[in-house]
Amino acid sequence: MSSTDSKSDTSKEKPAPPKPAAEKPAPPKPAAEKPAPPKPEETLPAFEKELTDRIVNQFSGDAEVGYVKENRTRINVKKEKILDVAKFIKDQTPFDHAESVSGVDFPEDNEIEVVYHLGSYTDNRYSKQVLALSTRAPREDVPNPGNDSTKLPSLRDVFYSVEFHERECFEMLGVHFEGHPDNRRLLLPEDWADLPPLRKDFKNKGR
Amino acid sequence: MLKELVTPQNANVFVGKLGDILYKAIDKPLGMAIDWGRMWSLWPVHIETACCSVEFGAASGPRYDVERFGIIEAFGSLRQCDLVVVQGTITRKMAPRLRLVYDQMPDPKYVIAMGACAITGGLYFDSYNVLPGIDGILPVDVYVPGCPPRPETLIQGCMLLQEKIKRMKAR
Amino acid sequence: MTEQIPTDQTKELPPGLQLEKVDDRIMTLNVGPQHPGSGHMRIIVRIDGDYIVDADPDPGYVHRGEEKMAEVRNYLLNIPHLERPVIHDSCNILYPYVLGVEDLVGIEVPERAKYVRVIAAELNRCVYTQYWLAIYGIFLGHSTMFMWPAGDRELMIDLLEKMTGARVTHSYFIPGGVRNDIPANFEDVCLRQVNYFEKRIKEYADIFYDNPILKARTEDTGVLSSQDAIRLGTTGSVLRASGIDYDVRVKEPYDVYEELDVHTNVLKDGDSYARSKIPWLDMLESCNIIRQALEKMPKSGSVRTKLKPNPKGVGNDEVYRRVESGRGAAGMHIISNGKPEPYRVKISPGSFRNLIALPYLLKGEKLGNMPAVYWSLNYWPVEADR
Ligand code: SF4
Repeated sequence: MSSTDSKSDTSKEKPAPPKPAAEKPAPPKPAAEKPAPPKPEETLPAFEKELTDRIVNQFSGDAEVGYVKENRTRINVKKEKILDVAKFIKDQTPFDHAESVSGVDFPEDNEIEVVYHLGSYTDNRYSKQVLALSTRAPREDVPNPGNDSTKLPSLRDVFYSVEFHERECFEMLGVHFEGHPDNRRLLLPEDWADLPPLRKDFKNKGR
Repeated sequence: MLKELVTPQNANVFVGKLGDILYKAIDKPLGMAIDWGRMWSLWPVHIETACCSVEFGAASGPRYDVERFGIIEAFGSLRQCDLVVVQGTITRKMAPRLRLVYDQMPDPKYVIAMGACAITGGLYFDSYNVLPGIDGILPVDVYVPGCPPRPETLIQGCMLLQEKIKRMKAR
Repeated sequence: MTEQIPTDQTKELPPGLQLEKVDDRIMTLNVGPQHPGSGHMRIIVRIDGDYIVDADPDPGYVHRGEEKMAEVRNYLLNIPHLERPVIHDSCNILYPYVLGVEDLVGIEVPERAKYVRVIAAELNRCVYTQYWLAIYGIFLGHSTMFMWPAGDRELMIDLLEKMTGARVTHSYFIPGGVRNDIPANFEDVCLRQVNYFEKRIKEYADIFYDNPILKARTEDTGVLSSQDAIRLGTTGSVLRASGIDYDVRVKEPYDVYEELDVHTNVLKDGDSYARSKIPWLDMLESCNIIRQALEKMPKSGSVRTKLKPNPKGVGNDEVYRRVESGRGAAGMHIISNGKPEPYRVKISPGSFRNLIALPYLLKGEKLGNMPAVYWSLNYWPVEADR
């Protein structure tokens, strides 16, 4: 196959999508618009505090502030409301993608926590910020991934980038994401029949 | 009479026997030549299994250049290869595939276990998804220790293998 | 095409080899894990004639359970195995972990150590990118492009070997600084080699990037628009090739990147060609950064704050740190609960985040373009599998 052929064919088959709209002008240089507040004890960073307050006030009672640190904020949400909060964040704040989804097992609380770390590419003032959005699902001692009560609504329709992260979380901790189109194994072998490995009661051999 | 003896069902048995006889006849005078040919044209399979493949790549690069020792760069199809360099960790998902690759290769075939992971599990001795060494699935000829082994170590391992082939009987 | 498959009734297929009932025109093809064009992963592609209608990446062939292992080793013992996912970029993948532990414990790093770290990280980025470029050359059938970078990267490896004592697995960064000081006349040697290296990689433009055959194979294949790059949450060179100006070194500077002049390379096209060019431009930028850092580095001083045995231990806290690695932003989420071991370490590497773009980009592409698109995503399977 000659390479020039392939080029012209492809362009015929699949016309190149229109160039990105100009609504997101790439800012030329990182501007230090947000002067990092000097960190005296006690006072919380103002910018981050305002951000979390905006979200928490909207969902008073269902969401609470986990912590507010410089550039890092965290919001804990009840699992029924997680989809609404995520939609609100997507629409009303510049956070536009998820960087990581970490599942954490808490056997003492009988809960499994899922933390979405959200970041922003579009807004320069928010490019330093990482918002951790966390929620908790009930945990069962004898897991049966997919068929027990360890379920959470999937955020894939809101933040598309969580797709593979949620699949990984499903196999590693047994959290079934409802609404996820593709809850399959990702990393583990096809014949894995043990506990989900990142649960605390799964022990590495010899440890 | 030969027609009755050789049916399509057992024809390959006879061919095999003939081959054995031929080998026996050839072994004495030509065995050296066959071994010599095998020694200097080892074709490794293109199978990367973990991070040791970085050093394998470096070994085929210009500075270390394993090709001058008769180890050809890993480009061929596995039907033409006679060497598996297991480049590091074998996970439980990879193990059946590795065996499948080995089974598809024609005889004679040699195995080099490269890196601590391929030998004992190495750093990942207690991981839930890593085999503690590949001895359970492949017959290993040469172990090359290190995490990862330097290219020089790999070259030395290859030369040990060549030494081994030289002393083997041609089969 | 044939209506029935005759062997269906007569012969039992072994499990795992079921014939799938699919549309007559569509064929399923397994690429990998033993395939010169896949690395340690498998891509299940469905093709209609020459065009890919569906692609399903199947990673996990090198899943070694790093995150579980991190829960049973203490903070210092975690260092060697957390850098193994990308041994040829080991400084950068370890960076967020070290920064995170420093945040948790609250130690200050000496000024000189910060510069040494930046130099080591940038050298390592060159080592990684050269290896990636070498494999990209192979994927496109360009053998010279394997030989040149594979030879030139040894220069940078030599420098790192002088600094750290190991060829690829350095374990050089530790909480509180770096493991050992750099050798006496390192600055001069480094400057000389970096200058030579820069001259060398500028020549790649002639042989590779301006090569009409390469352009024909990579231009306009796998085009990712900037909206999609954001929506899919891609990072690193994939993102910057689609016209988004985002580099963690600039946007959220760690250590001394604030004091250095770092230029972010952005291209607008979003095709495989742009994606393959960004890492090369980054390498040139790395040479710049190293020169600046060598100039500004304090000429003497300590490179390591000794960790005091702290009776309080690491408190109940959590931290999420990220750095710009060779493949994009690498983040680590570390949760501590006062024990000597971390409670949970989550690695979110650039490769895993870029993987989601692969099925999206391959759809509608020609099968022959698959290697060009796949490897242009700057994907390193071992890192994505962890
Ligand atoms: S021996 Fe070391 S370098 Fe080789 S695969 Fe194992 S961990 Fe990686």
